Amino acid sequence: MNIIITIAITAFVVLYAGLFKAKKALLPLTLLGLLVALGFVACSWNNPTTYYGMMRMDNFALAFSAISIVGTFFIFLLTQKYFAEGSDNIAEYFTLILFALSGIVIMVSYQNMSMLFIGLEIMSVSLYILAGIRKLNFASNEASLKYFLMGAFSTGFLLFGITLIYGATGSFDIAVIQQYLVDNVKTISPLFYPGVILVMIGLCFKVGAAPFHFWKPDVYEGSPSLITAFMSTVVKTAGFAAFLRLFAGAFEPLHDFWAPALMVIVIITLCIGNVTALYQKNFKRMLAYSSISHAGYLLFSLVVLSANSASNVLVYAAAYTFASIIAFAVLILVKQKVGSDTIDSFNGLGKRNPFAAFALTVAMLSLAGIPLTAGFIGKYVMFLNVMANYQVALVVIAILNALVGFYYYFKVIIAVWFKEGDEVVLDTPFQYKIVLLLSVIVTLLLGVYPDLILNLI
Amino acid sequence: MELLLLLFLPLVGAIITSLLKGNSAKVSALGFALLSLCVTIGLLTQFTPDATTQFAVNYPWIQQLGINFHAGIDGISMITVILTNVLMPLIILASFKHEYKKANAFYALILFMQSGLLLVFTALDGFLFYIGWEAALIPIYFICAMWGGKDRIKVNMKFFVYTIAGSLFMLVGLIYLYLQAKSFDITAFYALNLDSYQQGWVFWAFFIAFAIKMPIFPFHTWQPDTYTEAPTTGTMLLSGIMLKMGIYGVIRWLLPIVPQGVNDWICVVMVLSVIGIIYASLIAFTQKDAKRLVAYSSIAHVGLIAAGIFAMSTQGLQGVMVQMLSHGINVVGLFFVLDIISSRLKTNKIEELGGLAKVAPKLAITFLIIVLGTVALPGTNGFIGEFLLLYGVYNYNMWLGIVAGLTIIFGAVYMLRMYQKVMLGTTNDLTIGFTDIKGTEKIVLYSICALIIVMGVYPKPIMHLSEASVQHLLEQIKLKGLN
Repeated sequence: MNIIITIAITAFVVLYAGLFKAKKALLPLTLLGLLVALGFVACSWNNPTTYYGMMRMDNFALAFSAISIVGTFFIFLLTQKYFAEGSDNIAEYFTLILFALSGIVIMVSYQNMSMLFIGLEIMSVSLYILAGIRKLNFASNEASLKYFLMGAFSTGFLLFGITLIYGATGSFDIAVIQQYLVDNVKTISPLFYPGVILVMIGLCFKVGAAPFHFWKPDVYEGSPSLITAFMSTVVKTAGFAAFLRLFAGAFEPLHDFWAPALMVIVIITLCIGNVTALYQKNFKRMLAYSSISHAGYLLFSLVVLSANSASNVLVYAAAYTFASIIAFAVLILVKQKVGSDTIDSFNGLGKRNPFAAFALTVAMLSLAGIPLTAGFIGKYVMFLNVMANYQVALVVIAILNALVGFYYYFKVIIAVWFKEGDEVVLDTPFQYKIVLLLSVIVTLLLGVYPDLILNLI
Repeated sequence: MELLLLLFLPLVGAIITSLLKGNSAKVSALGFALLSLCVTIGLLTQFTPDATTQFAVNYPWIQQLGINFHAGIDGISMITVILTNVLMPLIILASFKHEYKKANAFYALILFMQSGLLLVFTALDGFLFYIGWEAALIPIYFICAMWGGKDRIKVNMKFFVYTIAGSLFMLVGLIYLYLQAKSFDITAFYALNLDSYQQGWVFWAFFIAFAIKMPIFPFHTWQPDTYTEAPTTGTMLLSGIMLKMGIYGVIRWLLPIVPQGVNDWICVVMVLSVIGIIYASLIAFTQKDAKRLVAYSSIAHVGLIAAGIFAMSTQGLQGVMVQMLSHGINVVGLFFVLDIISSRLKTNKIEELGGLAKVAPKLAITFLIIVLGTVALPGTNGFIGEFLLLYGVYNYNMWLGIVAGLTIIFGAVYMLRMYQKVMLGTTNDLTIGFTDIKGTEKIVLYSICALIIVMGVYPKPIMHLSEASVQHLLEQIKLKGLN
């Protein structure tokens, strides 16, 4: 609870600091607040606490909270110079991200489905505004509206699903729901089944799994790059943690019912995400579609539930988060200089800024799943889990998709190192250097020594 | 600990070299490659050529997934380690006459690749083997794509997608074996008793990866283009050492783990190998570019090596051991000579050359020795290997042996014809001003010729190194009930 309170208080402090024009204090205050929240995560480790039956801060919630907080911390570091042009609403921007983060912490720790809804909405509403925070930018406005409409739509599904489940079980508590399923194996209320499917659809919308993904490319492209980075890393991780908490926990006894549907979703998600990413010329859209495909890999852990599912999602999410942060950080640098976010704008980056080029290469290798990077371990544990359940066909589909992934991630590497671009030198601000360096270190460290995170939860 | 030195010395070298500039990067790379060779010689002096695994290290690595840093050297590994560490200084030295942009990155990648290769050849843990396999691939991708020819990007992408596809299937095979054995340790894999169906599909999962890397027909289509477009150093690394990863993989990770699977599919593999020999030889005949001709000749030679492996006899496997070394040395020599010609005359078109022996007698002589080694003339290194391989294949099936034997005739025809057109005859406007080899070129070519002759005249020490391990391997296969 201290974590959420700290983040929320930080959000208010930052909001008021903005009101009093203390712009220089915004970032230090925010970072300090996040560090304190991270300190609370560390203090609460191995000390699971349930708050009024509504939230449970166990190691699962803490680990995902930690990744979300660190991811957000990095994204805040990238704000240096980013909002210089439209600097009037920096405080609001900081505050909204912090509010979204507090919603995220609720999402990864809920024990009651009403809290899931509240967490999700706190996060979503903040994001709807953040997507359109560049008020004078048409694409940003479009992204915001699209995100809002789709988000509201998916919330409807989710809420309707939750209602049906409540109707069947008489409770929002996920432990009670699970117990209901165990006790009434053969007499489960017929309301429950559509409820599960509707909740699944709602959450699939949120994590951008196909065929509920179509908002993603436009929203990713239209939103400011930093917000896209936040959506693609922290928000996505939270979505999967929420998914996992519900489906691997409460709905686990009904696995045979919902897993086949999810398997179809996984296959469609992988194929649509990868094949469409292949044709993208815009880097942000490519990342959006590849993010859809990563949603497919992450959903593997639910299709094939095991004791390691949570751990596998954590590893994958960590790998994906740090690689994506690098990708977006370099994109921001390049876009500020070149004014474009196509893959071609990375041409010759190896000459213009070898450090950023190296970091981006590590990120692409990790996203593609090349050994000695965290992304490989993430994919490996997923494959291992699926193979352990003899879902060989699913692994073969995943492998063919991974091959397509190699192709488009290497398109970026080719642009960076092998294509000639203009010779404009690209500077890396100090804070960007820190973020890139730390993200590269984490990506390689987790790739070489994944034990650091594998047995965390 | 000696093994750790062997494995990580090139990696340390790669890091140091990447920090240097210009000529110092070259010298550093050569220095580390020579140091690695010295470590290899040190290991060789302590090595007992019995069937045991020596210098083994086994440290817990990713405990959560049952993965250990387990590596060691037996006779088979020793051959491939020698191949890598003998060829590496020669390849680096051969690159000295070129001025590569970002030389530090170029040489660092070579050394990084060396570590990956050595890891592949010594790994006794499936996961470690896979890591080495990929760690060798990534640097060569960058080497070929950054310093290659005009179409390097397109061609390399094909090469990369091919090899990575194979790797992924191998990964599935490895995961499957791990789930059965609950360990990645090679001894646990060897102890598995999978049924015929399981062995069959694990066989294909591994075989596709190895067949692409070698390459065996019909998985070879990436090879001629890549060899042609890669910088010569890259081509040498690919053909001299990297394709041996596939051969080694079959011997270490396929035959003893799924012998029944091998047995069930051996006919298909043998036929593919022999088709590869004939097909590649026939295409080699028609090549106008000498580099492509050598690329196709390499496919033919590897086809014979593959057939020799799957003959699964002592002679066949011993032939593989010798031929791995011989082919590596010869093909590096061939590509180096062609590199000398193309860097002086800017062409490798056979028709445009001629009469080089008159203006460059030292090059002509060394080239002749290398060509004779390649066509397996008695007294050269190629002879003993090809003899044993053909003997093995003949014992497996007389007709396949006879067809495979055509490789010697075909090889002699297209290689000698190429030699004749390039080196003999009269000089033309282009070749009249050709200068003979000098400096580092001499060192590399003389070393290669010396190796060809020494191995050809006295192959016993090489064969002695691997003999016990090969016997042990075959016994293990027999123990698993293979007829």
